[in-house]
Amino acid sequence: MQTLQEKINYDKTFDCVQCGYCLPACPTYETMERETHSPRGRINLVKLVAEDKASIEDLREPIEKCLGCMACTTVCPTNVQYGQILEGAKEVIEDQRSESGKQSKVEDFLFESFFSSEKWMRTLGNLTWFYQKSGLQAFANRLSLTRFAPLHLEKIERVIPEQPSPKARAKRVNHYKPDGPAQAKVAFFTGCIMDGVFFETNQNTIELLVRSGLEVLLPEQQSCCGALHAHSGKIDDSRELAKRNIEAFEKAEVNYIVNNAGGCGARLIEYHHLFDEGSYWYDRAKRFVSKVKDVSQILVEVEGLEFTKPINRTVTYQPSCHMTNVQGITSPPLELIKKVPGITLKELDRLDFCCGSAGIYNIVNYEDSMDILDVKMKDVCGTQPESIITTNPGCLLQMKLGIEREGATETMDAVHLVDLLLEAEPKVNYKFC
Amino acid sequence: MNEWLQILNNHIPDQRILTDLADRYSYSFDASFGEHLPDVVVQAKSKEEVVHVMHIANRYKVPVYPRGQGTCLSGGPLPVHGGIVLDLSQWPKKIDLNVEDLTVNVSPSVLTANINKEAEKYRLMYAPDPSSAHVATIGGNLAENSGGPRGLKYGVTKDHVLGLELVTPEGEVIRTGGQTIKNVTGYDLTKLIVGSEGTLGVITEATLKLLPKPRAAQTIMISFDEVRTAGLAISQVLTSGILPSKMEIMDNASIRAVESFQPAGLPVDAAAIVIIELDGHPQTLEIETELVREIMSKIGATQIVIPNTKEEANKIWQSRKQVSPAIAKIKPTKVSEDATVPRSKIPDMMDRLKEIKETYNVELVVFGHAGDGNLHPNILCDQRDKEEMRRVEQAVEAIFEAAIDLGGTLSGEHGIGTMKAPFMENELGTVGVEMMKRIKDSWDPNHIMNPGKIFAERGQKLVLTDD
Repeated sequence: MQTLQEKINYDKTFDCVQCGYCLPACPTYETMERETHSPRGRINLVKLVAEDKASIEDLREPIEKCLGCMACTTVCPTNVQYGQILEGAKEVIEDQRSESGKQSKVEDFLFESFFSSEKWMRTLGNLTWFYQKSGLQAFANRLSLTRFAPLHLEKIERVIPEQPSPKARAKRVNHYKPDGPAQAKVAFFTGCIMDGVFFETNQNTIELLVRSGLEVLLPEQQSCCGALHAHSGKIDDSRELAKRNIEAFEKAEVNYIVNNAGGCGARLIEYHHLFDEGSYWYDRAKRFVSKVKDVSQILVEVEGLEFTKPINRTVTYQPSCHMTNVQGITSPPLELIKKVPGITLKELDRLDFCCGSAGIYNIVNYEDSMDILDVKMKDVCGTQPESIITTNPGCLLQMKLGIEREGATETMDAVHLVDLLLEAEPKVNYKFC
Repeated sequence: MNEWLQILNNHIPDQRILTDLADRYSYSFDASFGEHLPDVVVQAKSKEEVVHVMHIANRYKVPVYPRGQGTCLSGGPLPVHGGIVLDLSQWPKKIDLNVEDLTVNVSPSVLTANINKEAEKYRLMYAPDPSSAHVATIGGNLAENSGGPRGLKYGVTKDHVLGLELVTPEGEVIRTGGQTIKNVTGYDLTKLIVGSEGTLGVITEATLKLLPKPRAAQTIMISFDEVRTAGLAISQVLTSGILPSKMEIMDNASIRAVESFQPAGLPVDAAAIVIIELDGHPQTLEIETELVREIMSKIGATQIVIPNTKEEANKIWQSRKQVSPAIAKIKPTKVSEDATVPRSKIPDMMDRLKEIKETYNVELVVFGHAGDGNLHPNILCDQRDKEEMRRVEQAVEAIFEAAIDLGGTLSGEHGIGTMKAPFMENELGTVGVEMMKRIKDSWDPNHIMNPGKIFAERGQKLVLTDD
């Protein structure tokens, strides 16, 4: 039995010297205007809970209102493992909740409000599949903690793209080969939200990889990355999903495991954190992690594409926080955007400021998320872009929502980097093949 | 509920009066040591609100602790006797530049680095550069009289303040100084208030002095095989007619810590390195750089690096910046001191610090602003190890003693706060402290303004653990 102090990572809180350097980087400190909603404040509260000076209930709101964008970890001068502290805190909060047994009421609510929405249903097809695969189970549990805050699902529905027919989905195969000899063999991690809501973008990703001279496999046994579970304190579930993916991708015997969602990628590269160092699964996870790449990284590395169609458009780039702060990938997407002929890239003032999407944060903490989005959109509008380029489904939906809020749907759109790249009609660059 | 707590929200909205445990704990600390739970946190956004708080506090004799972003290294905003933490960080940010006067009016919540950023748009600069300038508020810098590396040439915060608006402990509003460079009207209350650590009132606005921004800068890094030689070299440069903007020193322990944290190609065998920045006109810099090189090679420097590009120079400064995080890897708790000695005494102080390290068997590394005698001996320890912390407390006392022995001071730029209060008399004498207390008594008759700071309470000792 783990003690509370171990679970909540009490030891790790001592790495924080309370210098406050994280404050200017934290979106919620900026919009909520209090130290309680800053990384330093949260770490201090975690420590106090471990010391029994504050209760888990005192910790609940500050932790639930954290976006988990990890911008604080990038600026932290003492390398505090905030991600692990946050996850530990969520787990402890979730444990306390599950003991109170509020589950059934929440599920009723979910089925009445959420799944009765026709568009969501049509979009997501098989409800059970999505419910299990996407981490919505974790989401459902989380709802009890928010006391049935209005979900504003209708606002998010409006920005969901048109969906391909079930036929189109069914047409997808599990193995794609390039025309010439393959430079390398990669497995594509499809993700659940990406595959559910942005199926087209996933298809485009496969197309780009193949045109780059890569052989692409889609391991059938793959599942959700488990990020949403972990964000909701369901570490055990997250660990199970990790094991499934590790097994599925081991079987594929590939050089790289490619994903196109900053949030999923961030989870995948931290799989080893879920296991005890030196254990059997830890080693397997380590081998898995060493192969994980974002699609932008692999495209830059293999240099297999030459863009032929000019796109005369002013764009700005909104990086995925998890890609920047957890995966540490910052330049490849920018390099690719700059390679597209005709493009004018105007960079944001505050690239590292989260858009407020943050997994399902914009659903469960809608108002807080919109406060953050408004800060972001002010910066975005300053660059007067025609397109906002993103690298993560959550960010993509949120930017679409931001455009709606600004009333700019006529002049601005949001696209995934992959879609932009394919629009520029890339041809195979054979010099590296 | 207390009566005073109830009437607070007559003029301040509920959402800015924080009484939840989680909120109160979030304002119970700063970047130094100690945790003290306030009764309430009030987030003031205007002078009128501060006046309101002070009227109530004075009437009900409730302590008030002004706070910026809580980056203080000496305990300035700690609510050591409970009461009200007055959070000024959410105040609307105002930076009004008067380019032709070379002045700027600022609200207390403005981040110090942003003042300089604004000034630079007009080829001006706000000189004080504490390393936390991108996080800390100017209000906090004014209260603590903060300094930074550029202090060598440009002085500390007090040297750049022309006027202040202050709400007194009794809730009156006064203005000190003004908008002019010269001003000898009456007592210099501005300088009294700057560095008074929030014990004389709440600063609600400041007029600061700006300087023309130097056109260029040149970095030089010099290695020595003896710390003494490094100290001598620093003195020689300063007496040669050159005044660098920065002169930083890193001892062997800090060099090694940086190299094992984030290798930057520093000479790991050097006993010390000195990093100099010259600023001014490019042509002057060329001449001065050559002069520095001559002095250094004559005195026996083992290596002189003169970077050709900005990137190379930045890399050197980056390694200096890495000292703090790098040494934090040695042990989790960092006790950072800022005892300062006359510059000629740097070699002596380095010797004393070495003795202290051995006597108390503590992990002590030394770096800092050698050009102005402001060293940062840092002791790395573990707060959870009570026995070790006792030794650290003794070592810190010995550092203070050494600095005073050598004609120096307890604090060059962090302030006295709670930690150094017990040592004030050692430096200033009984009467010296008593005269300061008289000023405090007449300004704050009910002792509600940031009590527990600067002046030690009976029997107060240096304590670095929470219990």
